[in-house]
Amino acid sequence: MARNGKRNGKSRRRSGKSNMTFSGWRRENGRVGVRNHVVILPLDDLSNSACESVAHNIKGTLAIPHAYGRLQFGEDLETFFRTLIGTGANPNVAAVVVIGIEDGWTKRVVDGIKKTGKPVTGFGIEGTGDIMTVAKASRVAKDYLQWASELKKEDCDISELWVSTKCGESDTTTGLASCPTVGNMYDKLIPKGIYGVFGETSEITGAEHLARARAAEPKIGEKWYKVWKAYEDEVIQAHKTDDLSESQPTKGNIAGGLTTIEEKALGNLEKIGRKCSYIDVLEPAEAPKKGPGLYYMDTSSAAAECVTLMAAAGYAVHTFPTGQGNVIGNPIVPVIKISGNPRTIRTMSEHVDVDVSGILRREMTIPEAGDALIDMVLRTADGRLTAAEALGHREYSLTKLYRSA
Amino acid sequence: MGVPQLLVHNKKDTVGVVVVEGLKAGTNMTCVVTANNSSFRLKSKMNVPIGHKIALVDIKKGDTVVKYGQDIGKTVADIKKGEHVHVHNLKTKRW
Repeated sequence: MARNGKRNGKSRRRSGKSNMTFSGWRRENGRVGVRNHVVILPLDDLSNSACESVAHNIKGTLAIPHAYGRLQFGEDLETFFRTLIGTGANPNVAAVVVIGIEDGWTKRVVDGIKKTGKPVTGFGIEGTGDIMTVAKASRVAKDYLQWASELKKEDCDISELWVSTKCGESDTTTGLASCPTVGNMYDKLIPKGIYGVFGETSEITGAEHLARARAAEPKIGEKWYKVWKAYEDEVIQAHKTDDLSESQPTKGNIAGGLTTIEEKALGNLEKIGRKCSYIDVLEPAEAPKKGPGLYYMDTSSAAAECVTLMAAAGYAVHTFPTGQGNVIGNPIVPVIKISGNPRTIRTMSEHVDVDVSGILRREMTIPEAGDALIDMVLRTADGRLTAAEALGHREYSLTKLYRSA
Repeated sequence: MGVPQLLVHNKKDTVGVVVVEGLKAGTNMTCVVTANNSSFRLKSKMNVPIGHKIALVDIKKGDTVVKYGQDIGKTVADIKKGEHVHVHNLKTKRW
């Protein structure tokens, strides 16, 4: 029955109904992806060039260059490996070629991705050189791409979707319109069995009493508070040179009318709606382990770092409220932008997927906006390219905890 | 009622948000409290950009400003009802 009207999403996708479906690629480990990327993944900064050469040779594959991977250690190295392996393991990725300067850490990433059961091969450059490595890797990448191009999609219930959120270039309209729109989506979809996640540890400051109280049980709230307090003590208080009024809120936030971190945090927290509570607190890039529900992840509030970590945890679609007009995308996860600021809609319309400015004019209710977002999440999962994808935004930023050795 | 110029989250709030572009001083604004959809009128004393805040009441220097029904910082200057509230007269209590 859900097949009927498949091309007419609006008629079948009212959030009150149970037949909210999308077509996706079921991977070897049972997870469902909404994109079908063949990724050429550098282990380290030195291997970016070879990866970009392979992606140039084999059209339709995707290199993900980044800045790190050498001489990291301890928790910083663990976060790095979790992020890289998680990126390859994400269900939006069909197959992976990993290239590193040496074989040891390359193998560690390959072995981590291999646990999903998807095709993955690694190449080390030392002792071979760029040219031969690129030639060998290109042959494997071509095989993977042609194999992936024949994979069939299947109909999936919305409960198979993992949807993350983080807002950016916020202003006062995000707290009034676009963040409550995401919150309404979670209030409707978390009970249907999806996985959700929010984060941005520094941007809870001023609303920490509210965030702590939104845990599903007190011990999870205490776990959350320890994470927030550790960030406050070990990062902010240890490194600040002023009152952070130049960084949090950002210059863009201030231009948009946000004055204090407390005001920004209260708007930010509107993203988790009225009814949901989070069931666990995740390390950066850690995959959720307690089943369906809403999670908190300890992340930076910098847009690309946060979305990269959530994608590495396995989230397949991202919802991104913006006020002043953030342009972010991600290489493997479609980033859906929602804005309620009529000036941003007027001046930056090419970046906005869901216009909720009607909320400010009192022409649209929050529940109506939530339904419009759910519709766009399903259309995007079905294959509609987001504004960020159409514009080629592929921001991939690794989180660095401290200096390398 | 028409399209409002100012939205207020909570009835306890002491500031509201301008939601139209080009708001001029002297505008007799339609203001809506989103929590209960009640409305009231307020005259803006300044030109205030979209997204910026206007005081709903007189606020003394050092007082707490309330938005979302919550504490969003303290004033560093006296603010009159209808005036612009931003980084020149409101600061965080944190950091």
